[in-house]
Amino acid sequence: MKTLADLKKIREKAQEEMKLRDGKVRIKIVVGMGTSGIAMGAREVMKTFLEEISNRNLTDVLVTQTGEKGLSSMEPVVDVIEEGKPKVTYGNMTPEKARRVVVEHIVNGRVVSDYVVATGD
Amino acid sequence: MSLKRIDLLICCGSGCISAGSLKVKERFQEVLADKGISSEVNIIETGCMGPCDYGPVLVIYPEGVFYKSVKPEDVEEIVTEHFLKGRPVQRLMLREEERLVSSQKEVPFYRKQVKVALANCGFINPESMEEYIATGGYEALGTVLTTMNPQQVIDVVKASGLRGRGGGGFPTHIKWQLVHDVESDEKYIICNGDEGDPGAFMDRSVLEGDPHRVIEGMMIGAYAIGATKGFFYIRAEYPLAIKRIRNAIKQAKEAGLMGENIFGSNFSFEAEVRTGAGAFVCGEETALIQSIQGERGNPTPKPPYPAVKGLWNKPTVVNNVETFANIPTIFLRGAEWFASMGTETSKGTKVFALTGDVNNTGLVEVPMGITLRELIFDVGGGMANGHEFKAVQLGGPSGGCLTREHLDVPVDYETLKERGAMMGSGGVIVMNDQKCMVNVAKFFIGFCVDESCGKCSPCRIGLKHMYNILDRITRGEGKEGDLEELQHLGETISRLSLCGLGQTAPNPVLSTIRYFREEYESHIRDHSCQTKVCTDLFHFMIDKNRCIGCSLCARKCPVSCISGSRDEKYTISQTECIKCGNCQDVCPVKAIDRIPGMHPDVLKQLQEKQNISIEE
Repeated sequence: MKTLADLKKIREKAQEEMKLRDGKVRIKIVVGMGTSGIAMGAREVMKTFLEEISNRNLTDVLVTQTGEKGLSSMEPVVDVIEEGKPKVTYGNMTPEKARRVVVEHIVNGRVVSDYVVATGD
Repeated sequence: MSLKRIDLLICCGSGCISAGSLKVKERFQEVLADKGISSEVNIIETGCMGPCDYGPVLVIYPEGVFYKSVKPEDVEEIVTEHFLKGRPVQRLMLREEERLVSSQKEVPFYRKQVKVALANCGFINPESMEEYIATGGYEALGTVLTTMNPQQVIDVVKASGLRGRGGGGFPTHIKWQLVHDVESDEKYIICNGDEGDPGAFMDRSVLEGDPHRVIEGMMIGAYAIGATKGFFYIRAEYPLAIKRIRNAIKQAKEAGLMGENIFGSNFSFEAEVRTGAGAFVCGEETALIQSIQGERGNPTPKPPYPAVKGLWNKPTVVNNVETFANIPTIFLRGAEWFASMGTETSKGTKVFALTGDVNNTGLVEVPMGITLRELIFDVGGGMANGHEFKAVQLGGPSGGCLTREHLDVPVDYETLKERGAMMGSGGVIVMNDQKCMVNVAKFFIGFCVDESCGKCSPCRIGLKHMYNILDRITRGEGKEGDLEELQHLGETISRLSLCGLGQTAPNPVLSTIRYFREEYESHIRDHSCQTKVCTDLFHFMIDKNRCIGCSLCARKCPVSCISGSRDEKYTISQTECIKCGNCQDVCPVKAIDRIPGMHPDVLKQLQEKQNISIEE
């Protein structure tokens, strides 16, 4: 390391590793991980989200989990929460659907209306 | 990029480690592997988060959930409920008046705190240089080396108003300027990590929790004064701090942040750790220098000051750990920002180790000028176990105590000094109404008697003499005139001692006499310790109305001085009693009380003994 630019490179990479701790994210993907959600494959869905986001190097997206959402018949349920926009809830999710949500909604900003079960709070 | 979705921060400060945080960490590793989610959770060992009373503590991101008193048994529940199902485990979270504290930010302990020196402590992994860099680390050093000359660096420190955090409060820029102005082929910079006051753990926590920050601060100082070699003097009782600083130095060297031509400038710097054997006097800068040179840790007369003739007779700056820890932030956020905190003469923040009879013991950082009341009752959460506040000892054995009437004085260097205490390095020992101030003074003088290096007689002989008088007073053998003698001795020792240890050692006695004179007088005249701490100045009594005559006390008494029967009840033979307190502990009906004051029988015996010795 010989210059401030070198330091900046290391800093940016390290900040990426620590983004969970700073709370600055553009989009939060919340996977419902209650008992029924898990039974319907929510873990696979969440893993797919994590993998896709990692592969695409999306640094401002956070994947987290929550408990039972009350929509047991539509599990696995996933919320996509974006600053300043109504919350979008997707139901009956699968790893394939998760990939499409990442491509269309997270990357391109188009809600995948086929899978939406509710919007707003 | 990783698949991590959870950052699990486990406090691995020395407090939490002794409370078992390493076992908790191991258990997490097992359970996460068991559930197959090891790849999703980042386990990070951090330095001290502060609220040591709640240890072991964890913080879980992204939510920032704060868990306290976590035991290995709790780990499975946290993983299955929180990590897998997203339901935080409420029973391990903090409650405030029936309300659940949902994240670390809301914990009342943190509310009045402003973290500068401790900004990363408990937030980053202290063994990872990358995490320090992520928080802006080494940027100040890079900027300083590439855009400023040494004089400009000193001017920034001057504008910030930073003063030494080790105790004396000497302005940092003056020390730097002195050494900067001296011509010499070699200059040294030393980090004083010889923290030895009872109840103080600020420097240890900074060294353990954010070692790179201290290194960066030292290197900026070295550039300003023209030093190329630095020493970390850390006591051997701090093995974790030593390990982490050594590790950090190694990382910095590997990354090219330490060594030749740092950031392409012509500044080169090397640092190494020297361990001290744990003598309190080695915190005094001239003794510390002797110790680094391999000599016995004896102080030397000043002048010459270390700035002129220090380590190996070369100009040397000795700064405290916390002083260095403030430097990088002063350059990143500006001197004006730093100077905007605090009072007229004391700028910035101060780290305190809050200990004693408060609810939230731990490590805190507050703006200078905060009142003692805010520090003890808001940050500290008030007195523990419903007792009343009596006094607070600031500055350890070199400081003095303040009382209830001083609760609203602002904490800054001058105000504390005027009132007979001092900022010290930041140890705050809070005492409740169960403490005997004579005994407290005796404890601190006893500490300094042990730690006196013996080089100068006022300290070596005078302190021992003060200790003997205090010891006599606590044994009920105090005399009229003892207090005047103590004050006279104290003032003489303060004036004539060679170094800071002796100069400040009488402070606890002088300040307790100043504020608790009546307590000393009742020890001397009435042979009574109102707080029932001094064993010779209280006695045990069995209340015959409550006694059921079970004989348990008599059977448990190690000196067999309790006699009686079921009908007559039991009595203690006072002259034989050794005040062990067994009888009080075993009494099933709590019929035995501690009564302040020497029992008349014992007093009579004592006076007879004294008369005999006078006649002899």
